[in-house]
Amino acid sequence: MRIGVVTFPGSLDDGDAARAARIAGAEAVRLWHGDPDLQGVDAVVLPGGFSYGDYLRCGAIARFAPVMESIIDAARGGLPVLGICNGFQVLCEAHLLPGALTRNQHLHFRNRDQWLKVEATNTAWTNRFTAGQEILIPVKNGEGCFVADARTLDQLEAEGRVVARYIRGNPNGSQRDIAGITNEAGNVVGIMPHPEHAVEALTGPSLDGLGFFTSVLRNLAADGQLAGGQK
Amino acid sequence: MTAQQTDPTKSETAFAATDVLADDFDGPDTVERAEKSPDDLQPYSDLGLKDDEYAKIREILGRRPTASELAMYSIMWSEHCSYKSSKVHLKQFSEKAPKNTRMLAGIGENAGVVQISEKIAVTFKVESHNHPSYVEPYQGAATGVGGIVRDILAMGARPIAVMDPLRFGAHDHPDTARVLPGVVAGIGGYGNCLGLPNIGGEIVFDPCYQGNPLVNALSIGVLPVERLQKKEATGTGNIVVLLGARTGRDGIGGVSVLASATFDEEAEQRRPSVQVGDPFMEKLLIESCLELYDAGLVSGIQDLGGAGLTCALTETAAAAGTGMRVWLERVPLREASMSPTEILASESQERMLLIVTPENLDAVLKVAEKWGVWATAIGEVTAASADGTPGRLLITWNDHVVVDVPPGSLADDGPVYNRPFREPNDVILLQADRAETLPRPSTGDELRETVLRMAASPNLCDKSWVTEQYDRYVLGNTVLAQPEDSGVLRIDEETGLGVALSVDGNGRFARLDPFEGARLALAESYRNVAVTGAEPVAVTDCLNFGSPEDPSVMWQFAEATRGLADGCLELGIPVTGGNVSFYNQTGAAAIHPTPVVGVLGVFDDVARRIPMGFPQPAKAGGDLLFLLGETRVELSGSEWAWVTHNHLGGRPPKADLAAEQALGRVMARASRSGLVSAAHDLSDGGLAQVLVESTLRYGVGAKVTLPDDGNSPFVHLFSESAARALVAVPRGHDKAFVALAAEHGVPITPLGVTSEEESLQVEGQFTIPLDELREAWTATLRNLFGGAAELVNRHGSEEEPAPVETGEVRSVTLELSPQAPGGPIDPAANA
Repeated sequence: MRIGVVTFPGSLDDGDAARAARIAGAEAVRLWHGDPDLQGVDAVVLPGGFSYGDYLRCGAIARFAPVMESIIDAARGGLPVLGICNGFQVLCEAHLLPGALTRNQHLHFRNRDQWLKVEATNTAWTNRFTAGQEILIPVKNGEGCFVADARTLDQLEAEGRVVARYIRGNPNGSQRDIAGITNEAGNVVGIMPHPEHAVEALTGPSLDGLGFFTSVLRNLAADGQLAGGQK
Repeated sequence: MTAQQTDPTKSETAFAATDVLADDFDGPDTVERAEKSPDDLQPYSDLGLKDDEYAKIREILGRRPTASELAMYSIMWSEHCSYKSSKVHLKQFSEKAPKNTRMLAGIGENAGVVQISEKIAVTFKVESHNHPSYVEPYQGAATGVGGIVRDILAMGARPIAVMDPLRFGAHDHPDTARVLPGVVAGIGGYGNCLGLPNIGGEIVFDPCYQGNPLVNALSIGVLPVERLQKKEATGTGNIVVLLGARTGRDGIGGVSVLASATFDEEAEQRRPSVQVGDPFMEKLLIESCLELYDAGLVSGIQDLGGAGLTCALTETAAAAGTGMRVWLERVPLREASMSPTEILASESQERMLLIVTPENLDAVLKVAEKWGVWATAIGEVTAASADGTPGRLLITWNDHVVVDVPPGSLADDGPVYNRPFREPNDVILLQADRAETLPRPSTGDELRETVLRMAASPNLCDKSWVTEQYDRYVLGNTVLAQPEDSGVLRIDEETGLGVALSVDGNGRFARLDPFEGARLALAESYRNVAVTGAEPVAVTDCLNFGSPEDPSVMWQFAEATRGLADGCLELGIPVTGGNVSFYNQTGAAAIHPTPVVGVLGVFDDVARRIPMGFPQPAKAGGDLLFLLGETRVELSGSEWAWVTHNHLGGRPPKADLAAEQALGRVMARASRSGLVSAAHDLSDGGLAQVLVESTLRYGVGAKVTLPDDGNSPFVHLFSESAARALVAVPRGHDKAFVALAAEHGVPITPLGVTSEEESLQVEGQFTIPLDELREAWTATLRNLFGGAAELVNRHGSEEEPAPVETGEVRSVTLELSPQAPGGPIDPAANA
């Protein structure tokens, strides 16, 4: 299985996402922002960082990168896509996911080990978790406050599209403590905390992050039966 | 107060005015004009040059300098660039350097380089950015990070982490509420966006830093041994390429006007001397440089930091003995109206100077284009004279010759001062006023109250309000980060090769005795690295002092450098580089002498690192606690004396470096054999503070019995004797560990056990539930600086959180760089 990891100018956790994919047992393929060729990867990770310096608005410029045109098309066709932190912001800007990530309510960048409760386990990236499972994953962002209008929030909840919520403290003021969401098909997931930083005992607070990467491998092995449809 | 005061408004304009006036007539001040008008008055004293220094410049050139030349000399001969007051003392670091086979590059390079395996080297250095951070906290601190990272990059390394030792005025002073949040946001804003984990540092409050906060920045990088870069501009005909951001009017006069003079009440007007950072550009610059190194396209490289283009051009040429021809109008500018002097003096950030062969130029430009950074050929290397004398630096601006100088005269032949130094009269009185005679708590209740009060004090309290604003995870190799004793990084995923880094200083100890204070800083940093199980191998230092023109300050500096050089020799680890920051004083009030010492340690396998927190006990009855080292009645200069009596006097604890080494050997062996589950160095706040931190780390309690050995429970808890550590040993390993300590002659005392009960118990004295301890320890910074930060935790789970009403809102002008990826590089590049 080949998981592509995109590098935009200003991407920072791209190497870490690639490492996590390898640890999970996949082959990590590096994708370049300026090259629309997805090299036939089976899934894509949009990593954390400050793409294009987060200028204008987080993710707003990255969304127009040549590689994103291919990713947006492929995602609509069922390609599993995980956006982490800045990647989540890019997915919102690309309208693959609803809502937006705004400045943390307290106005500070915040990095801490964060407890989450996993809710949607029928997505391409979370099928290895059990509903209600509590996991510990680092969060680190300055603009991670998830906002959407009340109708969208109600819809996300009604359709079971909240992937994870912050528990034991909300680190950024996100509405309804939302840490991650998925699209209707379940193949596109955006999550603000960083699963790729919880994949090794030596460097992470837990191994809980690995579940995102093993989930997509399981999903691919099941030929997309678990979430969305493979194209 | 002997420092020469310069008028900041005058000096601001001095850089520009000389040119602008000339511009009004017929172009800039040129060599030709200088020859024709030898008697023109020049504003050298406004630029910080002394009479005899100006005379020497005229002697070197055989004429008056042009306006541009004058600016260049004023910059390169400033205290900040020339080390003119410190040089005679700093040479001890080389003269007394212990024999060492690891060091690939040392003092005088952008940063020291230390080999840690057959194929891999690391480079690390700590630097100050004190003055700018007071004037403009956010940008000052941000560009401090940017500057040290470019030093690391210039050695051929990929920067992999940063650390920040910070010192502020009184915690409750209104100006601290301005400076600290800005500095922290600046460090985070820049470092986070660069993708470098911040793995440690210090946060210290003391009124002596009011008006002169110390913002030091350390960075570490890693490189394959063969990728080590040189700064020499070798090879006649090679091209000089300016890479990175365009040059603007920011930071003009930063090193001379700002960093090399004391503050006065007009310091705020120096804001234009502070550079403005763009971390996104620096990230692109890092990636392009690394790609250029790996492709072997670079013959020489130097970062542009303080002193900007002036420093980079003269140092690269002087290092090679070559000359250089530069066309200044080719430098890409943010503002077209900049004069040649301003272009040469600008400290605009995110720029590097490359020396490349003509045949590699196209490939270099291509890499720059890939990453969307400007790359411009601005000059070429010229030959040394036929008789072997070094070449000249010839700079034109639109065909006007504005500079024609021997580069060595700027870079190497600056003035050297053997400044007078004299022990201040008050030192004897200060040392006689000992803290050992202060009233002490004695009952269990009094001790309990003191432990809580100390834990909540600004210097000992939990610093996570600050450190949570830094990314410690990015790059995925952070094994330990703050609040651990050292930052520990994995360097090689295959072998587990890794490093430990700590950076420490104690201005109060150094105030009482600068010689011993420097040794204590070294000892603490060494110990912090050693208790993790790493082998300490090298040192970097940032020497923060008042005005060198004050003989008392100079005495402190002389004593501290002697102490540090002697200490490094005794420990057998060399100083590989660092930085001196003078003029940290306002009026006659200098800061405490504050030598900050960074120590680098190496792990062959980082998996054996020892953390500081007590782990959940694996066996019933908990792990056994031992104190390594000897506790003496040493309270002078201690955190206890300061917090409870506002007292500073007496003699600091004794630094016993042989004992530090023995302690380090025990910890290294224990780490290899897996004998210990946790270890924490004893320093500020003594044993009491270590118990607070080690229990709260993972919420594991402890039952401690203080030894009945003549020292009172108070002394056991709050003495700051050096060369000590608290160690947790799993049951079954205790015999081996006690034998190991005995083998190395390290005193070892059983202190009790870790406990499933969530409390800190000191037998016969007091019990504190961990929740109570945690509340005391964590509330302080949050209450001082938190403001809006806590709203989220209180309201976060509500449907629609209330909008934040207070808090620092920083207006940032965001501008998409026109050179965004795929954009054109400067056409002049192909000129």
